[in-house]
Amino acid sequence: MSLATRLARNGVAGWLLPAAIIVGWEGAARAGLIPANVLPAPSAVAEAFWRLTLSGELIRNIGVSTLRALSGFAIGGSIGFALGLANGLSALSRGLTDTTLQMIRNIPHLALIPLVILWFGIDEEAKLFLVALGVFFPIYVNTLLGIQSVDPQLVEMGRVYGLDRRALFFRVILPGALPSIFVGLRYALGIMWLTLIVAETISASSGLGYMAMQAREFLLIDVVVLSILIYALLGKLADSLARLLERLSLGWHPAFKKG
Amino acid sequence: MPAAILTAARSLVATPAQARTIGSVGGHRAFAFKEVGKRFGDKIVLDGISLDVRAGQFLAVIGKSGCGKSTLLRLLAGLDRPTSGSLTFGAAEEGHSRTRFMFQEPRLLPWASVVKNVEVGLTGIAGGAEARQRALAMLDEVGLADRADEWPSVLSGGQKQRVALARALVGQPQILALDEPLGALDALTRIEMQQLLERIWLNQKFTAVLVTHDVGEAVALADRVVVIGAGRIALDLDVPVARPRRHGSAELAHIEGTILDHLFNRG
Repeated sequence: MSLATRLARNGVAGWLLPAAIIVGWEGAARAGLIPANVLPAPSAVAEAFWRLTLSGELIRNIGVSTLRALSGFAIGGSIGFALGLANGLSALSRGLTDTTLQMIRNIPHLALIPLVILWFGIDEEAKLFLVALGVFFPIYVNTLLGIQSVDPQLVEMGRVYGLDRRALFFRVILPGALPSIFVGLRYALGIMWLTLIVAETISASSGLGYMAMQAREFLLIDVVVLSILIYALLGKLADSLARLLERLSLGWHPAFKKG
Repeated sequence: MPAAILTAARSLVATPAQARTIGSVGGHRAFAFKEVGKRFGDKIVLDGISLDVRAGQFLAVIGKSGCGKSTLLRLLAGLDRPTSGSLTFGAAEEGHSRTRFMFQEPRLLPWASVVKNVEVGLTGIAGGAEARQRALAMLDEVGLADRADEWPSVLSGGQKQRVALARALVGQPQILALDEPLGALDALTRIEMQQLLERIWLNQKFTAVLVTHDVGEAVALADRVVVIGAGRIALDLDVPVARPRRHGSAELAHIEGTILDHLFNRG
């Protein structure tokens, strides 16, 4: 096995490019190719990271943002999941709600920011509402799609073998819908961070987005860059967690087979 | 909808007392169709089928595509209800499921291990450790005990169908309905599966109803062959050939010829 293949297997290969970019960036900044007021050197960003970590500001803001992101996700995600299940299992429920939901889906949720600020001010509710609305649709759409795409032959088999409704749901329908639900989950996690950062940038008094906006006011460009890097890392972390869950629960799926 | 079908199926089961009187001639009766008709809208699929099947018999049902043979099987398994006529069953024995259905496709749950798939066949009969033990024993019978904890996706087509057979038989059904279960297999795997099916049938003594369009398969396996044409029974033939039967023997070929002649002359 070649070195490149082995690195790719271990997931190291994915980090080679970011590392190369950082090294090149540092070199260019030191050589004076990039002015410090356009983009600070990675070492300056690392310094800002250390400074904010020591003051406790960074941890506090990450904590605040993470809590917001997860609560918004929990609210929007569980409503989306519940409605997706209901509409996938019951034609009546689908007939009643799907048209309305599809209409709302086509409104960009960030377009509601002015309205949300009028309703909730810049309090926590505003951010929770936007995040919940943002994650609702990917979860709803993919849960519904997952349930509708469960093989009807398997459902018929389950009925013939006497599985009751409960068993049919937990042993046939839900596992069959799971791959699609995971697609929705990963989409939703991306939208969760996006929405939160935008909402915090516009209206907040704490959190990562707020930290970045404050730094802009004081021309602390190293802190602005640091915030952006942290978004990237948090996004990657959320995605990795989702993929881990996916691998753990979809071990049967040929696409997720180990080795 | 499914609940309605199941209730309907249950109501079709004769009480033990009734069944005993009906089944008094020619051994115990497994089931009987009496002037059974089935219509889908204006289309008549079955038009007055009467069929009396002895318990433990291996019955093959042959016919051209769309002749209603699969509908016959679905009525037997309680998946559909007859439009007219009646369907009676022999006495249900304690601890046995009445009818099991084996589909043309394996229809295994891809997210459940092989043994868990077999355990589906014990729904409402056994659970927990007992279910696993019975499922493993049945897997051993179909020669797949060593694959119990693998995912179905790694099995070959023939192996998947053997798991489906184990799932159908683990509940020790009195009647096994087979809807062209070997149709999608290659010729060699098919013969292997036929022998396996025959061996298990000889051991377990259930009543087998095999729907097929392969006349060779029908005469190789069945005690009795019924040909369905235009919604009616066109031919009802015993296959009095001793077992084990040899594929391609003159006796079987002769019976096969009779059936083929019949199928094509009456077209």
